Amino acid sequence: MSTVTPDAPAVATTPKATQTWWRGVVRTLTTNPSTLPTLASLVIFVGMLIYGELAYGKILQYSTISNLFINNAHIIIIAAGMTMVIVTGGIDLSVGAIVALSSVAGVMLANAGLNPWLAVGVMVLIGSVFGLFSGVLIQYFNVQPFIATLSAMFLARGLAAILSTDAEKLDKDSPIRLLGAKIKLIDGPKVNDLEITAGVILAFLVIVLAFYLMHRTRTGRTAYAIGGSEPSAILMGLPVHRTKLWLYVISGTLAGMAAVVYTARIGVGQNITGDGWEMQAIAATVIGGTLLTGGAGYVLGSVVGSLVLGLMIVLITRDGTVPPEWTTIITGGILLAFVLLQRAVTAARRN
Amino acid sequence: MSLIVGIVAFVGFLVAGIVYKLYRSQWFWGIVAIILLLSANLIKDPGYLSITYSEATGRLVGNLVDILRWSAPIMLIAVGMVLVIATRGIDLSVGSSMVAGGAAAMQFLSVVKTPDSVSGAAIAVLLAILTGAAIGAINGLLVTYVGLQPFITTLVMMMAGRGIAKVITGGQNTAADSAPFKWLVNGTVLGFPVVILIALAIVTALALFVRRTAFGLVVESVGINPSASWMAGIRPNGILLTVYILSGVLAAIGGVFAVGSVMVVDISGTGYQSELDAILAVVVGGTSLAGGKFSIRGAVVGALLIATLDKTVLFLGISGAATPAFKAVVIVLLCLLQSQRVRNLFTQRRAAATADPAAAPKASVAA
Amino acid sequence: MEDSAVIEDANGPVVEMRGISISFPGVKALDNVDFRLLPGEVHTLMGENGAGKSTLIKALTGVYRIDSGTIVVNGAEVQFHGTADAQRAGISTVYQEVNLCTNLSIGENVMLGHEVRGALGVNWKATHAAAAEVLAGMGLGDLDTRKPLSTLSIAMQQLVALSRAMVIDSTVLILDEPTSSLDAHEVEALFGVIRRLRDSGVAILFVSHFLDQVYAISDRLTVLRNGQYIGEYPTAELPRNELISLMIGKDLEALAELGSNRRSARRSEDAVPLLSARGIGKRGSVRPTDLDIHAGEILGFAGLLGSGRTELARLLYGADKADSGTIEIKGKPVSLHSPISGLTTGIAYSTENRRDEGIVGDLSVQENLILAVQAERGWLRPLPSRQAGEIVGKYVAELNVRPPDPDRLVKNLSGGNQQKVLLGRWLATHPELLILDEPTRGIDVGAKAEIQESVAQLAEAGTAVIFISSELEEVVRMCDRIIVMKDREKIAEFDAGPEVTVELIVDTIASHQAGDPAQPSEEGGAVA
Repeated sequence: MSTVTPDAPAVATTPKATQTWWRGVVRTLTTNPSTLPTLASLVIFVGMLIYGELAYGKILQYSTISNLFINNAHIIIIAAGMTMVIVTGGIDLSVGAIVALSSVAGVMLANAGLNPWLAVGVMVLIGSVFGLFSGVLIQYFNVQPFIATLSAMFLARGLAAILSTDAEKLDKDSPIRLLGAKIKLIDGPKVNDLEITAGVILAFLVIVLAFYLMHRTRTGRTAYAIGGSEPSAILMGLPVHRTKLWLYVISGTLAGMAAVVYTARIGVGQNITGDGWEMQAIAATVIGGTLLTGGAGYVLGSVVGSLVLGLMIVLITRDGTVPPEWTTIITGGILLAFVLLQRAVTAARRN
Repeated sequence: MSLIVGIVAFVGFLVAGIVYKLYRSQWFWGIVAIILLLSANLIKDPGYLSITYSEATGRLVGNLVDILRWSAPIMLIAVGMVLVIATRGIDLSVGSSMVAGGAAAMQFLSVVKTPDSVSGAAIAVLLAILTGAAIGAINGLLVTYVGLQPFITTLVMMMAGRGIAKVITGGQNTAADSAPFKWLVNGTVLGFPVVILIALAIVTALALFVRRTAFGLVVESVGINPSASWMAGIRPNGILLTVYILSGVLAAIGGVFAVGSVMVVDISGTGYQSELDAILAVVVGGTSLAGGKFSIRGAVVGALLIATLDKTVLFLGISGAATPAFKAVVIVLLCLLQSQRVRNLFTQRRAAATADPAAAPKASVAA
Repeated sequence: MEDSAVIEDANGPVVEMRGISISFPGVKALDNVDFRLLPGEVHTLMGENGAGKSTLIKALTGVYRIDSGTIVVNGAEVQFHGTADAQRAGISTVYQEVNLCTNLSIGENVMLGHEVRGALGVNWKATHAAAAEVLAGMGLGDLDTRKPLSTLSIAMQQLVALSRAMVIDSTVLILDEPTSSLDAHEVEALFGVIRRLRDSGVAILFVSHFLDQVYAISDRLTVLRNGQYIGEYPTAELPRNELISLMIGKDLEALAELGSNRRSARRSEDAVPLLSARGIGKRGSVRPTDLDIHAGEILGFAGLLGSGRTELARLLYGADKADSGTIEIKGKPVSLHSPISGLTTGIAYSTENRRDEGIVGDLSVQENLILAVQAERGWLRPLPSRQAGEIVGKYVAELNVRPPDPDRLVKNLSGGNQQKVLLGRWLATHPELLILDEPTRGIDVGAKAEIQESVAQLAEAGTAVIFISSELEEVVRMCDRIIVMKDREKIAEFDAGPEVTVELIVDTIASHQAGDPAQPSEEGGAVA
């Protein structure tokens, strides 16, 4: 333990609390093998940043980092919900469609004169309702999660199409747009500023709450237990059914929130919005180290996964040689690669 | 107008429910629904069902002909889907196989020197089939040898497949002109649209294959009880690989039909949400989404129903935007009907604290 | 045997179940059963397959609802609607398969559902400390509670499962076959913990089929048979043989009379056995075993539940892959790695788990009958309908399948007829060796006799049969030779003769100690 001597420049002290905290972190990382994939994703992300900076330049700067967060805030929010659902061994394929329905409905309501904050509330609530719908199908009617959420996806997109098939533009002076307005944190040279939006702040809050839920509540432990072995969790007397239902409701609600964040920034709601977002969220979750089969994974990892995907798009665009058509193939390929890796590791561990 | 349709449909389904209990045919619902829809159309236009022969073009003309023509691609993807679902799997990538197959055909026709030759058209179709087979093979290999769950595998291929289509055409909605190709999709033989003849021929051949070989038996066995099938000596890998490849190939042919009618591939639109139609056709046809016993005839009826529904909506002037939502609701309802809880309501079986002693977690050795 | 430390009713029994009856469609699992559990005792529930032990326990733990009868816990009558209710009443259960979550840490598993909470949510430091304390109370204080559960052996995981009970201060601890996966040392460690808990006043309900362990740990025994209550006995007053005869329902004299009528002289004179296995075994499932069987011979596998008979049979078919050893068919080595390899080698195996691994319920009788034959041909070559019809006609008639309707879905047949259909499926492949695992379990008397008759005829016609059954009387009556298995290894082998009685087999099992060499086969049988 070092001490600060009065005449030396202020050196960071390492009081006992910090040391214990660090020891705790190290212990978590070394005793729990499921942290490794998440660490790996972090390494990948940092690696990509460095590679990007060396290869294309202008990556490790305020504006690029800002945009990375601003443009992917909605995916981070969805991925958080997806992580929770996947940890229990389930899946939610309806998130993209919920965003579509939410954004169209929200924009139309706001433009029609409804109090903008009520409109925002409706957008979130639509997500919750669909989450409840999926949850009930899965829990009480024993429909498999992918079928239940697939049906919810079809239904939500269908309803969105009924509402409107055009791009609904949010009024220019709607207060909702404020949520997407950039707030300058650091004014750098020229346009290289560190900015965030309310959406990014919301994403941050969501992550904090999700972390708290998963690691500091009994519900979170129950979720991991269900993913480890649902029959065991039932036999242990855990509230399995209630927990699963809640997690699907949460996933839907977060999709609603993501719709708010996205619509506020883009200012447009359309029935084809959110196409493929469920796969992006699944990819972010898997890249971040969550096992698709359930029982292990961290919300923080999914944040890293979302940023990895976002950064990949930036690098591809910056590179210019890869046509944009390839992005879905690449995302899909990465997802498959990670899933295969997970299977290989679990098989090896079993032997 | 829509109100009348609604009431007719509702009453009709009630009646159908009672009659169904008596007949218990799997695709009974489907036929009933088709009749109801056609009746609704008849109310609006008594001449709806008429078919005439046009001397000038040598084609049969009429609403029924349109419905049949429209149902051709749906029929193909539905039959592919029913086999996959029977094995307890799912194929969410059918729409992407459609667009990838269509893109391959169109791209080829647009660059080849002799698009109007029969061989040119034939190669275009062959390329489409190979593309679909490739996507199906990837699905099949990942499911069998790697052991990935079908929904995640085909979900990824759903996204990647459309990406492949975009790569093939460089992101463009490639158009091409080829008389033989066009004839394939728009032409007629003895007045009948070629499309429906081909689709029916393929479906019939498949149905014969499935029932005349032991393929159908083995697929059902694997879907109903994979462990018992394994113990009886059945090897699942070859079967699963086959059904996924078939699904991809059939979807690609469906894609050929879809792009051929307008001779342009719509990179974003072709095949979009086709998996919805395919799954709906399968469940309407009586096959359970949980796998096991399947009915190709039922899937065909389901495809005809969807085509009739699509055309009816158009005919009655209802906004087409509502149909996907309606289809989704029907899928959900049929899922619920197939679920154990609802079936218990009908058969009045007594349940213990857990639903079924056999389903209770295997906590200890058999007593 | 255990020193009685029974605290006879200072406050009466902790658990009292009276007149418990539970029925499922088609079967009465429990018929007016009584059971009582006193504090500070280890009480073992004994009974063979179908006796009702598992059902009784599930009634006590809230998994099943009872049809009639009362359950009184700690003096108050209770009605459980789920597992949480039973836990709240102070009843904890540890199951045969460790029902914990291996993806979580040791401490998390111990405290799952009862984590220590603070102002900021779960306090992990305090939770792990509490877990460590509980584990220390069981002699496991040196475990790092933050390590994943998967780093522990099954035996240790079993103890962790046990410690969960102590977290909620259970008054009743149910241990359902807790030692099935443990070796001798681990069992002793477990028993040490159990004794400590018992001495502190916990009432322990123990279920096991390992007779030695039962006698080592129990204070009292309750015997069930066919869902009925047979009696409650202090362990010290019930010798092993009497216990077994109570469990299987035959008194000692009658057992002695059930000698074998068969002669092993039937064995054909050629020296080459049909199947010859040397050192065949699988880690964790069956110890390396030698086995010979000749054409036309009926070889019985005798043993109690969990002795490894099914596991050995599966190795001989190819349903499981062996880790060690070789198998030769008619002198030529074969590799059996999958059911189809067994079938093409001329072996067929009828599983004991009819429902999960036997019948394909939604397929018809005809389809079930031809399934294995079709699998052998591959799906491209369908069975010609004439041939299929012949197969169906032959076996439906021969085995007397009722109703004789080839299109009826197999799931709608009675258990006995389902078994006959399965038998027909295997017979249709014309196997040289037919392995039957519990073919008469859960079947009415008439169907039982028919199946036994068919087996005898098969052997007469030259097929080799391996006959596995928990009903020792059946094994003794039907088989030419019998191998006896216990704790997953072969411990004895007898040729049939009048001296080979059920009592002999029961004695062999009872008196065999772990580590004794296997008894060699002798004419007329030999015993330790």
